[in-house]
Amino acid sequence: MSKLAGWLKNPGVLAAAPASIFLLVGFAGPLLMVLGYSFMPSKTFALNSVPTLENYLSVVSDSYYISFFWSLFLAALTVILLFPICYPIAYGMAKLFGKWANLVTAFVAIPLLISENIRLFGWVLVFLKGGILDGTLQSLLGVSASGLLYTVPAIVLGLVYVYLPFMLFPMVIGISMVPDSLKEAAFDLGASRWQVFREVELPLAMPGILIGAILTFILAMGSLAESKILGGQAVVMIADDIESAFTFAQNWPKGSVLSVMLIALSGLIVFVLFRRIDLDQIIGRR
Amino acid sequence: MGESNSSFLELVGITKKFGDFVAVSEIDLAIREGEFFTLVGPSGSGKTTMIRMLVGMDQPTSGDIRLNGELLNGVPANKRPTCMVFQSLALFPHKSVGENIEFSMKIAGMDPARRRTRANELLQQLRLPLDYYYKGVNQCSGGERQRIALARALAFDPKILFFDEPLSSLDYRLRKTLEKELKDIHRETGKTFVYITHSLEEAMVMSDRIGIMRDGRIVQVGTPNEIYNHPRDKFVAQFMGEVNTIDVDDAGGHEVCSKADGVIYKVHRKPDGFKSGHLIIRPEIMKIGRVASKLPNKLKGVVFNDYALGSRVQYQVRAPNGVNWLVERLQDVPFDGKLNDTVDLGWRPEDSILVKD
Repeated sequence: MSKLAGWLKNPGVLAAAPASIFLLVGFAGPLLMVLGYSFMPSKTFALNSVPTLENYLSVVSDSYYISFFWSLFLAALTVILLFPICYPIAYGMAKLFGKWANLVTAFVAIPLLISENIRLFGWVLVFLKGGILDGTLQSLLGVSASGLLYTVPAIVLGLVYVYLPFMLFPMVIGISMVPDSLKEAAFDLGASRWQVFREVELPLAMPGILIGAILTFILAMGSLAESKILGGQAVVMIADDIESAFTFAQNWPKGSVLSVMLIALSGLIVFVLFRRIDLDQIIGRR
Repeated sequence: MGESNSSFLELVGITKKFGDFVAVSEIDLAIREGEFFTLVGPSGSGKTTMIRMLVGMDQPTSGDIRLNGELLNGVPANKRPTCMVFQSLALFPHKSVGENIEFSMKIAGMDPARRRTRANELLQQLRLPLDYYYKGVNQCSGGERQRIALARALAFDPKILFFDEPLSSLDYRLRKTLEKELKDIHRETGKTFVYITHSLEEAMVMSDRIGIMRDGRIVQVGTPNEIYNHPRDKFVAQFMGEVNTIDVDDAGGHEVCSKADGVIYKVHRKPDGFKSGHLIIRPEIMKIGRVASKLPNKLKGVVFNDYALGSRVQYQVRAPNGVNWLVERLQDVPFDGKLNDTVDLGWRPEDSILVKD
């Protein structure tokens, strides 16, 4: 007992307690409930039935793999497209812009204050038939651009647009962590600018790039609004299926199974990425 | 060393401005092939700016840099046949010792087997164990990291090797060891070394010639002996270490007169057109005790304190006029003065240095 009392007086434990309790109640608890529901019989609303695997089996035999594929594909494509878009901006913010970097940060961050859905509806107005883009082109050039909304490219644009800050800011930190002297040393030893980038800058900035990429990937995997608002019926992403299962279908166990599988898939990919790229080695703690 | 007297690396009228600030001003300098040349100056003297221009990281605002007669201005660092050891060493933390050393050879497209052979040669030459090839650079000690940085630069086979005070972060003993090792490597390779440091002591140990920088200009160039025995001005003399300085006016003949109290001192030789300046007497050249009383320049003072410096003992002696003198004697020179004793101090005229204002 006295051991427990001593432990509770430890300032580290006390300081961590509010966050720990919050995480336990707000994060771990609901996740455990989702996990529990995934083993309940179909369309039950309590956790007191005999556990069963029937939901997992039915989900595997259904066509949900298509939704999983779209989520995976679009999330991966978002990350791949964001890399070349963000790198020059991040490099500029870390090394070139000086005091102007704060202004760029503000420009990138301010849209985050506005609801994602509202910003996406803004894009709808741009791409709508007779909307800003189509209307302008028609009246000025007589060209039509009406078929853009409710397509896969529109979804990709939405994903890239919404998740840009999440890729950009960790990347800025990654790039600013690379000392200039290392790049100068490589350059001095005969490396071209491209070789300096490949041999020194990119591997050393990788922790920041990876964190940004993983953040973006996870968020895009679970995204819903982009495909619904900009994609219409073009594509059903997995988050859409999960929402339907919990709401229209009133089938919590099925929604839970899909959630568990989404978490497992994302977790697996992140885990493999982190394993393959040794962060400690990159930062130089090996 | 210095077989060819013609200049190898030649600087003509090099000036570097950052906005209105003139970091380096109108420098002319000729460095000979194979010599160990050191630029010494306090921080802010422009020496780092100099070396960055020589390596190609910065471009001079005006003036020419020539290597073997060929203009180097505008040639970027990666196209120059020179290489630098950085102050921070700038070892690549994500690469092993071997990969660091082989970096320039890999860039040059040398095949892996030859790279490996050369890396092993360099490890041996720098007294690093061969199995360090696979070690992470951050697992190596400070001294080892110095050697790795030097090996990486030597692997580039540069025409000139530049050093941006790489030893400054090390402790005293290791620095002393590495200074000598560096001079040995210079002997072994026969390459031209250009080193910058704020420590004249360090420069003395290693260099064939030294250039002293102050406020963006080179105030004196010479061998360590010339710098030590014939400093051009008070700045150079004081830069060497602790010295006794007296502000004096000319008193005709072989004499000068102290501005503070009118005491006359004998000197050996005066600079041309000497009117007023500074009389400099090094502590190690002054005599203390009975021997001093027979010297042409002498005075009396009270021993205020003594400091053991290993092979020597340094005394702080206060003269009646309030001037503090620093005097040193070798441990084996007899002297029985104690604190608060009144003692004789003295020096020979030829041992003092007289410089103009």
